Amino acid sequence: MAFSSILFKNKTALISETPAFFVDLNLVQVINTVIHGKEQYNLKPFFNTCLRDPEAIVYRQETMKDMEKDELFNCLTAFATRMYAMRQQLPNPKANNYKYQDERFLLDAVNTYSTAIHSLSGDLAPMNIKSSGLLAFREYLVRYIQSPVFTSLFNDTQKLLTDLSSIKYCVLAKELKVQVASYREETDYSAEVERTFEKFKREAIKDYSMKFTPNLQMNHVEASILEGVAQLYPLVFQQLSDFCTKYADFQDETIITFDREIQFYIAWLEFISKLKQSGLSFSYPEITSNNKNIYSHEGFDVALAYKLVKENKPIVCNDFYLKNEERIFIVSGPNQGGKTTFARTFGQLHFLAALGCLVPGREAKLFLFDRLFTHFEKQENITNLRSKLEDDLIRIHNIVQQATTNSIIIMNEILSSTTLQDAVFLSKKLMEKIDRLDVLCVWVTFIDELLSFSEKTVSVVSTVEPDNSTIRTFKIERKPADGLAFALSIAEKYHVTYSALRNRIKL
Amino acid sequence: MKVLLLYENRDFDLKAPLPWNEKELMQDLELNILLNAMAGSDEFLLEVAMKTILTGITNDLDTIIYRQGIIQDCLKNPSVIRLLYDITEGALESRKIGWFGVFSKYPSSILSDAIGLMEIFSDILKQLRQVADEHVNKFQSDGFNRFFTMLQKELSDTYFEEINTNLESLKFRDGILISYEMGNGNKGIHPRLHQYHGKRKSWWQRLFAKKEHIYTFNIHPRDVGGARALSELTNEGINLVANALAQSNDHILHFFKLLKTELAFYIGCLNLHEQLAKMQAPVCIPEPITHMERKHAFKDLYDPCLALKMGKRIIGNEINVLNKNLVIITGANQGGKSTFLRSIGVAQLMMQSGMFVPAENFQANLCNSLFTHFKREEDTTMNSGKLDEELSRMSDIAGQITGDSLLLFNESFAATNEREGSEIARQIVTALQEKNLKVFYVTHLYQFAHNFYNNNKEDKAIFLRAERQTDTTRTFKLKVAEPLQTSYGKDVYYKVFEET
Repeated sequence: MAFSSILFKNKTALISETPAFFVDLNLVQVINTVIHGKEQYNLKPFFNTCLRDPEAIVYRQETMKDMEKDELFNCLTAFATRMYAMRQQLPNPKANNYKYQDERFLLDAVNTYSTAIHSLSGDLAPMNIKSSGLLAFREYLVRYIQSPVFTSLFNDTQKLLTDLSSIKYCVLAKELKVQVASYREETDYSAEVERTFEKFKREAIKDYSMKFTPNLQMNHVEASILEGVAQLYPLVFQQLSDFCTKYADFQDETIITFDREIQFYIAWLEFISKLKQSGLSFSYPEITSNNKNIYSHEGFDVALAYKLVKENKPIVCNDFYLKNEERIFIVSGPNQGGKTTFARTFGQLHFLAALGCLVPGREAKLFLFDRLFTHFEKQENITNLRSKLEDDLIRIHNIVQQATTNSIIIMNEILSSTTLQDAVFLSKKLMEKIDRLDVLCVWVTFIDELLSFSEKTVSVVSTVEPDNSTIRTFKIERKPADGLAFALSIAEKYHVTYSALRNRIKL
Repeated sequence: MKVLLLYENRDFDLKAPLPWNEKELMQDLELNILLNAMAGSDEFLLEVAMKTILTGITNDLDTIIYRQGIIQDCLKNPSVIRLLYDITEGALESRKIGWFGVFSKYPSSILSDAIGLMEIFSDILKQLRQVADEHVNKFQSDGFNRFFTMLQKELSDTYFEEINTNLESLKFRDGILISYEMGNGNKGIHPRLHQYHGKRKSWWQRLFAKKEHIYTFNIHPRDVGGARALSELTNEGINLVANALAQSNDHILHFFKLLKTELAFYIGCLNLHEQLAKMQAPVCIPEPITHMERKHAFKDLYDPCLALKMGKRIIGNEINVLNKNLVIITGANQGGKSTFLRSIGVAQLMMQSGMFVPAENFQANLCNSLFTHFKREEDTTMNSGKLDEELSRMSDIAGQITGDSLLLFNESFAATNEREGSEIARQIVTALQEKNLKVFYVTHLYQFAHNFYNNNKEDKAIFLRAERQTDTTRTFKLKVAEPLQTSYGKDVYYKVFEET
């Protein structure tokens, strides 16, 4: 199989704008953190573009699985570092340009490039690679290295570098006069001075030397000196000029693309490694496109987890599953009990699965959606003149219009800006539509009437600690739709339950 | 170039840790009087005196003998020692004036400062050499012989010439010659400075004379940026040599500092000696004996601190204690018991730091730590009773005791009734004695003292008594004698209250 891309099995159009659900699912922070420091690769479009083909997802899962091995991961990051260094070395068209220096910059960049490719190919050769993507790439590299284009590039570079590095020269500066001559063997005077005072020498002493930060930029005096050196060694410098004409375009398109695309995997693996260190699991989900009986064990909100790990706080994982005809999670329970987190987790898991990434949790089977819609309660927007309720309804209408049976809808505490009676009415209407769509849905709500709407709804409740109902466990549990668990635990705390009151009231 | 005037094979370290009970020793033995006599009002002399004396307790026999030799040379040639000290002090002063390298970061200014300072230093080194040339014959000790010979050998005339040549060529009157290799971006890397002065200059001139091998350009006088760029290049070229010279200055400066420090101890000894000599108080070079033995033998041992305080010679004591590890001192109040105890401690410290000792003669085994447990004023911290505080101090000591320690107790554990105090003291001292630690114990606890007197089967203890003349005037002399039941407190009472 000819290799073209490590991210896409088939040609796929990239989406440049951030999907609408990123904000609601807290994915904006997550993706920004993931790609932080990798701006040069422009990874955002890769994270914006969900895959639609299960095979394309498997292609990425296989690659990522291979890359979880440190050995492979490390050699790919080393390659990236070299390629980055190569780009830094290329002559900067904006800087002060001196011919002999720019020519050398190009030579140095070519050298770094060919070293990067040689060592990557050498590193990959003995590795036990299983993914079709990386196998094809490895083969591509071998063929590229053997190609006449690359071999002559490599040989010419090495010869020229050897010739240049053998050049040594002297500069004699007196006042404003500078003389350049080729080097004759001479002793190092600093060492001689040191020897004179050797007898006083002791350990550990203050360093008076100035730190000259290595800087490849040249000023015009250095450029004049270099010109002098070029005159002293005309042959080598002529060869350097010829080299630059010949190899102006030395970079291979496919390899450059690979260098960018592989960063997608590196970025995600680097991001989750911090979370893994604190004991959280990630796994490759089974992807289904025709069966909505999905599940996740020990899933979690990756944005929240990242924050809590940084603060050294514990993270609560949650399980969920849908079986048979079940399609809709109705989430209720105390506030700050993890309802929104549950909704986000559900959405994030499906999104990450569609990217072909490792997803939070020990094990999961997830649905390959065509569109993912979210509707979280928003701050009132005074720039548009519609009322909040109207605004809500318009957005929900749009969602219901666009959603297909293969979509996912996540709604969080909507319709709260109206009377309970209205809200119940509207919710029921909306539920009918969702029910008919047979779409996967998570709906965080305070409206009890939705809890047992049909066989498709599953009630899950955020819970509190049994002994002390003021402590949230952040566990979301499947519970019968009575909506009383929370009220009862508070009653117990104040000793006003039935039995408590019987004991307390002595007649 | 090593000083080695305090240790035969290593430098003295002013930062070496002091004994953990440094404060107790200073307070109980009133060492500040001794130290002030050594230092006058000079804080540096004071610091060195305190550190040498307090850390002296860990010196081995060889070090003590080594210093005794040097001290004897010092006492014979005080003016030479003071001259050496003044010369080194001058070196340190000139550094303060002539050294600006600390503030400037450019190699060129570091270098020119370093050259200036090195010229001064080389002059001072010359002065030291001259002292050696003139006086080496008057010194007998290993320490000074080695030191002066070293100065003569290392600081020869040819060596000063070598320094001078280097300093001249580092002024770069003929230009700066730097060689480069070519690195990434065709930048010059690994700049190496080459000498371009004198003989070497003409060699290079011949090369540069062949026009076809050189490329010359001039920076325009109005090209300020170009001049700066060139000076940056030459600065990088002389970076290492500037550092080397500045560091050499530091090394030499360190030599001067160390010399001053080690001499300071002997200057202190000279100062003390002069003061004691003025009141005709005797001193002697003591005879240290190995740690394993138990011996204390001396004649006319007095407490120099008391003598200095009173400004006159005081009556000393004489004993000869062999193979004993416990000395219990009883007797009259104000009979000189505490003074005696202090003189034991001070003499031990002085001997172990290599000094002379305030006695006509003095012989004692070395100890490797010294503890004092003196009765304290009422506890002001309010958190423990007096006996509590004493026992707590005893516990601290117990945690630090090493073999061959010397412990001085002054009326310890008397903060309760005699029976209980005696029992505590008995248990503690018995344990110490069984460990063969050396204990001097001044006490009024009759039961305690008497108990040891009666059970002194192995003859490991000796009992001294502050003598009392029948006319109630104290002689301040201790005699070997059985502990007595009364301490003549009555006498003191009557004297103070002027009653009869």
